[in-house]
Amino acid sequence: MPVVEREPLLSARGLVKHFGHVQALQGADFTAHRGEVVALIGDNGAGKSTLVNVLSGVIAPDGGEITLDGRPVRFNGPMDAQRQGVETVYQDLSLAPDLDAAANLYLGRELFRGGVLRPFSVLDRPAMRLAAVEAFAELGVSLKDVTVPVAALSGGQRQSVAVARAVAFARSVIFMDEPTAALGVVQRGRVLETVRRVRDRGVCVVLISHNMPEVLSVADRVEVLRLGRRVASFNAADTSIEELVGAMTGSLDDRPAAATDDGDEGGAP
Amino acid sequence: MTRDPARPPARLTRWAVVLSRRNEAWTFAILAALVAFFSIAAPGKFLTVYDITQIAVNASIYLVLGVGMTYVIITAGIDLSIGSVLVLAAVAAAEYNIHHGGAAAGWGTVAVCVVIALGVGAAWGALQGVLVATGRVPALIVTLGGMGAALGLAEIATGGEDPSGAVAGHLQNSLGYGKLLGIPWLVVLAAVVTLVFGLVLGTTRFGNHTFAIGSNPAAARRAGIPVARHLVKVYALMGLLAGLGAVMWLASYGTTSIAGHSTDNLTVITAVVLGGTSLFGGRGSVLGTVIGVFIPAVLTTGLIVIGVQQYWQDVAVGVVLVAAVQLDQMRKQTRERA
Repeated sequence: MPVVEREPLLSARGLVKHFGHVQALQGADFTAHRGEVVALIGDNGAGKSTLVNVLSGVIAPDGGEITLDGRPVRFNGPMDAQRQGVETVYQDLSLAPDLDAAANLYLGRELFRGGVLRPFSVLDRPAMRLAAVEAFAELGVSLKDVTVPVAALSGGQRQSVAVARAVAFARSVIFMDEPTAALGVVQRGRVLETVRRVRDRGVCVVLISHNMPEVLSVADRVEVLRLGRRVASFNAADTSIEELVGAMTGSLDDRPAAATDDGDEGGAP
Repeated sequence: MTRDPARPPARLTRWAVVLSRRNEAWTFAILAALVAFFSIAAPGKFLTVYDITQIAVNASIYLVLGVGMTYVIITAGIDLSIGSVLVLAAVAAAEYNIHHGGAAAGWGTVAVCVVIALGVGAAWGALQGVLVATGRVPALIVTLGGMGAALGLAEIATGGEDPSGAVAGHLQNSLGYGKLLGIPWLVVLAAVVTLVFGLVLGTTRFGNHTFAIGSNPAAARRAGIPVARHLVKVYALMGLLAGLGAVMWLASYGTTSIAGHSTDNLTVITAVVLGGTSLFGGRGSVLGTVIGVFIPAVLTTGLIVIGVQQYWQDVAVGVVLVAAVQLDQMRKQTRERA
């Protein structure tokens, strides 16, 4: 019975990606369920970024398969992934600093005026601003003015804009690449609080992080990547920093990789 | 251009803040100061109806070019080729006109000439846009090469001499010298172009994507904006407006002036930058460009009226230009530190 309930929302099997002679992914697996926070950890060069880029549609894998909600998918670019409810908060936030928060929230998905103006794709700025204010309020973020350029906001506020954009449009998965790396203690706490809140809405949050205490405090599960493969998967509650570091560095390799889950559901070739 | 029509009127200070944040406000203050100075220095002589008309006619072609350049610079690009593209488009139209009736050519020929000028300009611009968008060559070099090549082709076609019979009398008498309710058609045309592309830039998706690409091209790409295709469109638009500039030039002066457009690029880029458009991309407006075009125009006329050598205008504009970019640079730095 529990096996049925744990039908994964996003699952990847045997992903392969090489750049020239570099084998970034060598048969990597990944599993994420609805309403959980999964931390993806690994040493530098373990293939985290490549895996996230493949799963969010930024790059196409050379081999392997991805299923979303049980259906096999092949993302044709990040926009395609977004259309299927998969959003990404990039480490550099990917904001246009000269545009205001509302315009950034709707960048590439603008709302337009109706009626005779519709053929001209005239922006409906009031509607976008209204929606932006709501989106920020929902995250518990107070932006005094959604009409100032994002460049004029603080680092934490900019982070909120990027997160709010992902949350506003994500229906299934949000990838967050090092979302707290550039933040102070207070802002870091706020972002983690946001991560939990988003998870509670039934969206899956995949967190890429180097910060082990943070990973253990916010994640429900931890997947460990090493040399382009998933080498372990832990319940955050049952593991320790030592165990995670051991899996990352390979010092646990002689032990059986017991916790690696769901080896054989599905079965399509 | 208003930011929030729903604000209660009591928030006047807020409006002042918003206004001072806009680059156009400062540039407009400079323009107003210049006009005030010359009006006081030469009472009754400056700003006569004749002056205003003359200033507007002289500025109209630069305004049309400046509108296109505003888009290009907002994408963090540059187009040095506009003067040469204008000449090439003018020569192409002129060659057709010479062989289809010359100065006495009919309206049909005029229409074909207009289409040729616009087409040549747009095609040349699109070609440069493709190279900028897909190649690894910076816009500065692509359009520097395009500047030489376009002028070269125009000189090959004409042997370097401005051909006679280049313009039909119909075109000169209508667009060139004609007036609508006392306003020269050239000015009306420039105003319409400015208004349309100002609105497109400020209120539509096309404009929004133009800003986004100049602000952060990687973010624009990730947001699904077709960056390369958009850049091709922007450079093609610049070329199209250079072609329109060619039509206006032919109508106004009746000759191709092959040698007369080598500094159009600097004049226009100066106007756009004076108008507050950032060379780093992402910020700017057509309204600012309008003001930026009129500052040198007012300076020239004003200096003549008060009896100072008009060459001081070049000195003054040069100084103001460098100061404007310096200010932009400083603003960018303080903003990024925040």
